[in-house]
Amino acid sequence: MELSAEYLREKLQRDLEAEHVEVEDTTPHRCASSFRVLVVSAKFEGKPLLQRHRLVNTCLAEELLHIHAFEQKTLTPEQWTRKQQK
Amino acid sequence: MSGSLGRVAAALLRWGRGAGGGGLRGPGVRAAGSGGGGSGSAEQLDALVKKDKVVVFLKGTPEQPQCGFSNAVVQILRLHGVRDYAAYNVLDDPQLRQGIKDYSNWPTIPQVYLDGEFVGGCDILLQMHQNGDLVEELKKLGIRSALLDEKKDQDSK
Repeated sequence: MELSAEYLREKLQRDLEAEHVEVEDTTPHRCASSFRVLVVSAKFEGKPLLQRHRLVNTCLAEELLHIHAFEQKTLTPEQWTRKQQK
Repeated sequence: MSGSLGRVAAALLRWGRGAGGGGLRGPGVRAAGSGGGGSGSAEQLDALVKKDKVVVFLKGTPEQPQCGFSNAVVQILRLHGVRDYAAYNVLDDPQLRQGIKDYSNWPTIPQVYLDGEFVGGCDILLQMHQNGDLVEELKKLGIRSALLDEKKDQDSK
């Protein structure tokens, strides 16, 4: 199974109908396969953090079995716009 | 306000050896060992997370975290002056390490439980810390965050 940042990015974008996805391979900083992701999706609207993160976890359930460390930031389109304006 | 918190967040995640040591070790912090063996069952974990108001599962101990994310959790709790919490080192116990992931249906460590409920990992705790939710959640548990006193001092200047 291919575990590249690009692969993860596409999967997240597809499954979460994301408006914006960033995937950073942080493996060089850690001891084993690690990624940091940012997902912007309307699917997060009205959902508390834990639920949002679970959506991401479910999307990458298979891949997470092989990933050692995982960081994620989940934003709604509105939060993303506001953040970019700062 | 977000400026200084942002710097704090960055510092927390910048993991370096010794960054976790020398911290204020509260008398209530317990690095509860693997307990009486076979610590991975759902019933036992359920009891464990409900035994204390604040429960964390870490890689390493509060005095010596073995991972940057676990260290971040320890430092955040320290910032809020939370001293009395239960800390379990999953590196001591493979059954606990897998068991807690199955229990919460969450793939990674660290894991934070407040009032018996799974709250999330390091990312979520950090965001709760940054947006003020953590202060509120602690308040619900009857724990007054140290940051409230700090803020009061700043506001009165």
